Amino acid sequence: MSIYKLGGTPLSDEEFKKIIKEITRPNAKYLMSAGQAYSVFFEGLRRGKIIGTYCERCGMIYVPPKIFCPYCFITLDKWVEVADEGKVVTAVASYYSANMERLKEPQIVGIIKLDVPGRTFTSYRFPGLLHRICGASLDDVISQRIFDARVKARWRPPEERKGDINDIECFEVIKT
Amino acid sequence: MKTNIHVKNRVAIIGAGLTLFRRRLLETPQEMAWIASKKALEQAGMDFKDIDCVISGSAPDAFDGVHMKGEYYSEGAGGFGKLHFRVFVGGGTGVFVPIAGWWMVASGLCKKALIVAEEKMSSAADPHPQAVFRHIWDPLIEKMLGPNLIWIFALEMHRYMHKCGVSKEDIALVSVKNKANALDHPCAQAAAKISVEDVLKSEVLVYPVNRLDISPVSDGAAALVMVSEDVARRYTDNPIWVAGIGFNLDSYSWTNRELAYPLYLKKAADMAYKMAGIENPMKQIDVAEPYDPFDYKELHHMEGLGLAPRCKAAELTKEGVTQRDGDLPINPSGGLLGVGNPIAAAGLMKVAEIFWQLRGEAGRRQVKKPVYTGLAQAWGDLMQVGTVIILRR
Ligand SMILES: [Zn+2]
Repeated sequence: MSIYKLGGTPLSDEEFKKIIKEITRPNAKYLMSAGQAYSVFFEGLRRGKIIGTYCERCGMIYVPPKIFCPYCFITLDKWVEVADEGKVVTAVASYYSANMERLKEPQIVGIIKLDVPGRTFTSYRFPGLLHRICGASLDDVISQRIFDARVKARWRPPEERKGDINDIECFEVIKT
Repeated sequence: MKTNIHVKNRVAIIGAGLTLFRRRLLETPQEMAWIASKKALEQAGMDFKDIDCVISGSAPDAFDGVHMKGEYYSEGAGGFGKLHFRVFVGGGTGVFVPIAGWWMVASGLCKKALIVAEEKMSSAADPHPQAVFRHIWDPLIEKMLGPNLIWIFALEMHRYMHKCGVSKEDIALVSVKNKANALDHPCAQAAAKISVEDVLKSEVLVYPVNRLDISPVSDGAAALVMVSEDVARRYTDNPIWVAGIGFNLDSYSWTNRELAYPLYLKKAADMAYKMAGIENPMKQIDVAEPYDPFDYKELHHMEGLGLAPRCKAAELTKEGVTQRDGDLPINPSGGLLGVGNPIAAAGLMKVAEIFWQLRGEAGRRQVKKPVYTGLAQAWGDLMQVGTVIILRR
């Protein structure tokens, strides 16, 4: 059957380099506005606070905040400050940068389920942030001790803050 | 066919074709679309002039480096002067293209559809095709933390391991199986005879993900011919019917939800099962091609699809149930791990595999047991979309 007839011409890295006709690097710089919800969130970070929005209908707290509840389809205008502490729901150790360059030491990152005083959330919907985790070893990740570890935001000094997510240096393990 | 919806035409697949999947191909996106389309048409016994609509799919434009790449490659898929559109749901695209083809033919908008998926990842060469994925994140928060794509897979894999008590060894078995299956696939890029130990000893990229847990970067294209029942009867004695389709999207806010279980995929699968009249997928699906860009994803997706009880897919794998000669063969093609991962084309390759399996045309890849009903599935966007198609002979 002809369906198994091979189609296409494989190239080695060397052959590929010989036939390249176009090298292009799009020079498109994006200047992105922060939007209504994140503007408040970023201003909060500058002051050392983590701010979310609250849906009165389903009880969800959004961190990072949204001005709408995507589950209830209503506009949100109630702001709430959540703790700068929480629990690790998952964590990994990365040996590669964003551009896939090898790192000397692995970087530990994870998702932090943030505490909201007086409220609990299921593991299906919760206010959670992706961030670096510090004070944990590679072995803490491999042994899974890092799961459910309590972590607290380590803030940059106020004068160094820029009003973005990196105003938090990392979430530091305070108890495993 | 039991169905909960009214369709004007039953839809059949009557031909499928693939290019080679390779790290770098000489061919342009247009040429790859042409080669895959020709092969699918050849099997169907048709020509481009017989086709009345062309439905295509491809992942982010940034890979090929051509914005509006659907318009660009459509020339190679015979799209001019016809109904043509491109669909996109990230990694889920490959199975979403035949879903879109199904609704075009089922609704009566066209009768003879060419379904094409293409990906030319090698063009995004410097520093690495993976770098394109830097731009899929929330630009204002996550991107500023410098993530790479493997982070999110690793975070999901580790959460799944933790919640289900699954080990890296258990997961590596999937890679071993799929790469071995691919030895029998003529288009395969990453076929190999490897051991669990090879996987565990390969370079750690983002713990718990090692290099051999991952599918490769690929160029490639795939195509299908989908037609209405009356047309199918004229062209073949062996049509394969689309029995059900399903798709579902969860929130883009992936840090706000449970990663251990793909709820959106369960919803997509339930939609397809209802349409196909399937109440017990573990018994009623004979062969499946769940999406496996990473080895743990095969297990994760089997559970989302209801092909394994929650947290039990690893056990079934260990018992050999998912081997080609097992009770429920999973990824007999070799999957993305073995055949390769030209994103949209890889998803469509899975649908082609189920088509060939149900026709008894999979050659050395043919599963041992008789098969009547098969399923293909893809997954993508920011870990938030499931796309499912069920075929029947
Ligand atoms: Zn709500």
